Amino acid sequence: MIRVRGLSKRFGGVAVLSGVDLDVGEGEIVCVTGPSGSGKTTLLRCLGGLETIDSGTVTVGGVTIAAGAKDGAALAKLRAKTGIVFQQFHLFPHLTAIGNVTLAPRFVRKESPAEARAAGERLLALVGLKGLEERYPSELSGGQQQRVAIARSLAMEPRVLLYDEPTSSLDPDRKTDVLEVMRRLRDRRITQVVVTHDLEFARSAADRVETVPGTG
Amino acid sequence: MSTNSSRLFATLALAVAASRTAAADDLARVRGAGVLRFGADAEGGAPFVYEDPREPGRLKGFEVEIAELLAARLGVRAEMKQHNWAELVPGLVRGDFDVALNGLEITDYREREIDFSRAYYACPLRLMARRSDPSVAGFDDCRARGRVVGTLRESYAQRFLEAEGIDFRTYDDQVTPYLDLEAGRLDAVLMEESIALYYGAPRPALRAAGPIFGELRYGIGFRKGETALKGEIDAALDAAARDGSLRAIYERWGLFNPLVARLLGDPSPDTDAPAPSRDEFLEIASGDGGGGGGGRLLSYAALLLGGTAVTIALTACGMALAMALGLGLALLRLYGPAAAGKAAVAYIEVVRGTPLLIQLLLLYYGLAQLGLKLPAFAAGALGLGLNYAASEAENYRSGLQSVPRGQTEAALSLGLTPLQSLRHVVVPQAVRVVIPSLTNDLIAMFKDSSIVSVIAIVELTKAYQMLAPVSGNYFGIGLVAAAIYFSIGALVAFGSRALERRLGAGWRAARGATPA
Repeated sequence: MIRVRGLSKRFGGVAVLSGVDLDVGEGEIVCVTGPSGSGKTTLLRCLGGLETIDSGTVTVGGVTIAAGAKDGAALAKLRAKTGIVFQQFHLFPHLTAIGNVTLAPRFVRKESPAEARAAGERLLALVGLKGLEERYPSELSGGQQQRVAIARSLAMEPRVLLYDEPTSSLDPDRKTDVLEVMRRLRDRRITQVVVTHDLEFARSAADRVETVPGTG
Repeated sequence: MSTNSSRLFATLALAVAASRTAAADDLARVRGAGVLRFGADAEGGAPFVYEDPREPGRLKGFEVEIAELLAARLGVRAEMKQHNWAELVPGLVRGDFDVALNGLEITDYREREIDFSRAYYACPLRLMARRSDPSVAGFDDCRARGRVVGTLRESYAQRFLEAEGIDFRTYDDQVTPYLDLEAGRLDAVLMEESIALYYGAPRPALRAAGPIFGELRYGIGFRKGETALKGEIDAALDAAARDGSLRAIYERWGLFNPLVARLLGDPSPDTDAPAPSRDEFLEIASGDGGGGGGGRLLSYAALLLGGTAVTIALTACGMALAMALGLGLALLRLYGPAAAGKAAVAYIEVVRGTPLLIQLLLLYYGLAQLGLKLPAFAAGALGLGLNYAASEAENYRSGLQSVPRGQTEAALSLGLTPLQSLRHVVVPQAVRVVIPSLTNDLIAMFKDSSIVSVIAIVELTKAYQMLAPVSGNYFGIGLVAAAIYFSIGALVAFGSRALERRLGAGWRAARGATPA
């Protein structure tokens, strides 16, 4: 499902990633760990189509991005294949939970409000948030916000879901909630890549743990 | 600023040159229209031109009567075009009316831009002081150290005081100098006799200090080259001087004096004739006006409402334009191609860095020279809109920038296009941030709109300025006008807070609660 070869990325003069290879099979959960500043998050953003790359290739679900590809059609295709659960969630604060989940289906896929809402309610139920549809993000706990973010990504039916430090803003006893959601998604053959420095979480969640070596 | 004004004057000079070459069909134009449109400012008040507060819409004044007399001799009727007094000359050049007839002194610098008729009125200066202060017996006593004399801005009297090296303070209206004299803030007031007779002499606490002196002459202004019209009006003035009809007007208004007698070639400078028109005005102005009778104030309030409607319409049109154009500018600046962004920045800086007054004058008088004669209301709303667009653009920019970058990334990663992200994610959040400063600007524009009176629009402040001298009640009318501004401003503020609450319904605490 995911194939990365020789990926390098620089910001200004600083090499953040150099020559990274990564393979992830369909339905697999892979945790990527590494020291702070090793470029884990940048790798995730390259997979999610939010960054151009300087050398190498990134292939997700058959869409390949090569070095030098400008932000445009190719990156947009990559974004359509992937969903990202940001470390800070980036929920839309002016919309309710259901509003967050239905925004993209309504305006990107042009679904009717009723259609989008029915699907959105099913997704919120899947992540364990039934009954909280009309809450605004500010009225939800951190763990609930994270699961809204997951449901929001799932609404666009991505083949790949990418998590950036999913446990960093959770209470230790709430980690099992997100773990539970990840296992349900694996049952649906969704490929998941998790960037984390939480080794304990990585070991309990992942089929495989990969390490990005620090660059220097 | 100074380059702006010199550009303005350059365009005006161009206009003068252009109008010189215009065909001399001016007289045919006036006769064809059946109306002689004379530019004047009712804010000048009695005895020149004023609106009778007891008969709203009815103009009175000795110059109204002269205009009617001249129009009748041309076989047409007279129609007053309200125009800010200080801009009568550019208004005439622009073609807003046929002649300027409103206490325009014949001076060299005006004659460079327009032509004058023969003088129709001659007026001396009159010095007034307090009865309780015998130390000012005449003009020479004003030279003493520490004496301050009040006068009208840019008037003959001001130039006289300047030439004599006497300390003076200038005013924009003819009533407050006398109030300040009564209150002891001034030692004397020097004005044209025509004004002193109406606003100084009736005050029991004041007295004339010494004899009249000096002389200035009023003429009717024409566009350069409109010689046929000027010739006809000069002939009409000559005839009116000979047959005594001009003298009759001046006597009714108590304005006949030895200088006028000489000017008209009248052998008898008798000044004891009854002055019913002046008496009538003084009765209105001193009657219950000064005391602030409720009924009178109410009828003034009705007159102010017309001005209020214009103010509201101007602000509504101006703000709609400012918000639309401002949004375009902000989007160009933040997301547009580099060149468009630079153009937007240049627009914002130039508009913010120049006074609204100059912008309005350029739009109204300047553009007219390039062939684009905007109607006054359109020029006013356009001027306000173009000016405020610059500050709205900056409001929108800070609003858009206050939305974290992560919001756009989240939207993009969901497959929204950049435009959709802006429309559905960024703008809705920015709007709420922007509403308070937008409301501020709306109220500011509402008050700023008073400046458009320079381009011949009568809005609320101008209506107040026209009523106040007639009523003699600056305080009462001022309170009514201020109350109108305040209540509408308060209404806007109230509405804006309600809107903020509605938009912010669930996510008021969002910024604090969501890690953004």
